[in-house]
Amino acid sequence: MKYEAVVIGVSAGGMKAMKLICSLLPKTFVMPVIMISHIGARSDNEWIGLLNRKSNLIMKEADEKEMIEPGKIYFPTPNYHLVIEKDKSFSLTIDEKVNYARPSIDVLFESAADAYQEKLIGIVLTGSNSDGTLGLKRIKDLGGLTIVQDPQEAEYRSMPESALSVKPEHVLPLKKIIELLININSQNTERP
Amino acid sequence: MNKRNSIDDKFLPFQIKSAEVLDIIFRKYGYDFRQYSEAHIKRRLYNTMIISGMKDVDQLESRVLTDELFAARIIYDLSITVTEMFRDPGFYKALREKVIPVLKTYPFIKVWHAGCATGQEAYSMAILLKEEGLLDRSTIYATDFNQLALKHAREGIYSSDLIKEYEINYRLSGGKEAFSSYYTADEDYVIMRQSLRNNIVWANHNLVTDSVFAEVHLVLCRNVLIYFDKNLQNKVQNLFYDSLVKGGILCLGSKESLKFTNCYDLYNELDNRQRIYKKKY
Repeated sequence: MKYEAVVIGVSAGGMKAMKLICSLLPKTFVMPVIMISHIGARSDNEWIGLLNRKSNLIMKEADEKEMIEPGKIYFPTPNYHLVIEKDKSFSLTIDEKVNYARPSIDVLFESAADAYQEKLIGIVLTGSNSDGTLGLKRIKDLGGLTIVQDPQEAEYRSMPESALSVKPEHVLPLKKIIELLININSQNTERP
Repeated sequence: MNKRNSIDDKFLPFQIKSAEVLDIIFRKYGYDFRQYSEAHIKRRLYNTMIISGMKDVDQLESRVLTDELFAARIIYDLSITVTEMFRDPGFYKALREKVIPVLKTYPFIKVWHAGCATGQEAYSMAILLKEEGLLDRSTIYATDFNQLALKHAREGIYSSDLIKEYEINYRLSGGKEAFSSYYTADEDYVIMRQSLRNNIVWANHNLVTDSVFAEVHLVLCRNVLIYFDKNLQNKVQNLFYDSLVKGGILCLGSKESLKFTNCYDLYNELDNRQRIYKKKY
């Protein structure tokens, strides 16, 4: 398989984007998706249950030391950073905030890049700070595919705008990003 | 809190040989991080490299080998955990409602707070025991292997900004007293009341290399095990099991579990959501 996992960072304005992704990805979508949003420290993550009803895939909170599996969309626990180990399992940390955020997109992206190397797709969507830019750079440096939502279309443009400095392979509206992911997924699963 | 928003091209792909650095730290200084979560360790070492203006892991390696002060800083950085008073108020509520009644049955109470870091949760425990009328017959062993964190904990001085957040936690945990009655404040800092500390014993203990030091009724170890790999988690769980009296209580962080360890069947769940377990008789 050319790509083995997708990491997505969203912040302000992200709920709508996350809903769209979760509802449009088909049952046949194999690559695990890890979606980091800037959730409040006291959130209870009940909204995952609500989104789950609209999705073809299994959506869940990423558990400590849980192995990452295909066909699932993972979300972080509020007030913890989420990182990925070399053996493709999750770890949680309560290190200091990064970019005023815990979970931070950079923290997940950097560890995901180390774990998946060139087999990773990194995506930065709407948001109002610059979290995700350094992480996306790491993904690109290690040979992964980088995608940024077109800032013109994003509800909050500064996060995708900042990520443009990485010179991502694709800058697209959200729906096109989802189409691209579905295409990559079917090329991934095609047998020669 | 660090704010990083510029891309620095000096630091090209980071492929740190963290294992080698950890080996040196263990052999030369005796601190064993070799079974810590690798992703976490790499991130910390990488940050240290950036802050110290180093270009690659070889520089980091030789500095750790030759510069004891630098090594001490790294060891501090790798071992520090961020904590709060009454972190996860729901947990402290459950502690009050489900664990305190068990503790009340003992004539004297020994609590081991393992990995107390800068002490916030040990003070939270002292406050809780005080409000339940148990503090006078309790001893809280608050341990950590980070000497600087332990010193901070012993001093019991925290910034006033943090206290506001702690007070919200305290309220949400079911606290009914005036939180300000537990400390003395000036403009920038607060210092915890002496009456809370009388029954706390601060001590150096390393979960990775040290063994059982007391038989206790309650073990609290929250958000420490997340930094360990599965083997080390298992080892430390056995240490806790051996330290607890029969019927004793084990409290873990809200994302930590006994599930992957061989101790799972040796406890009953007292509160599954808050990760509170009771050692079987």
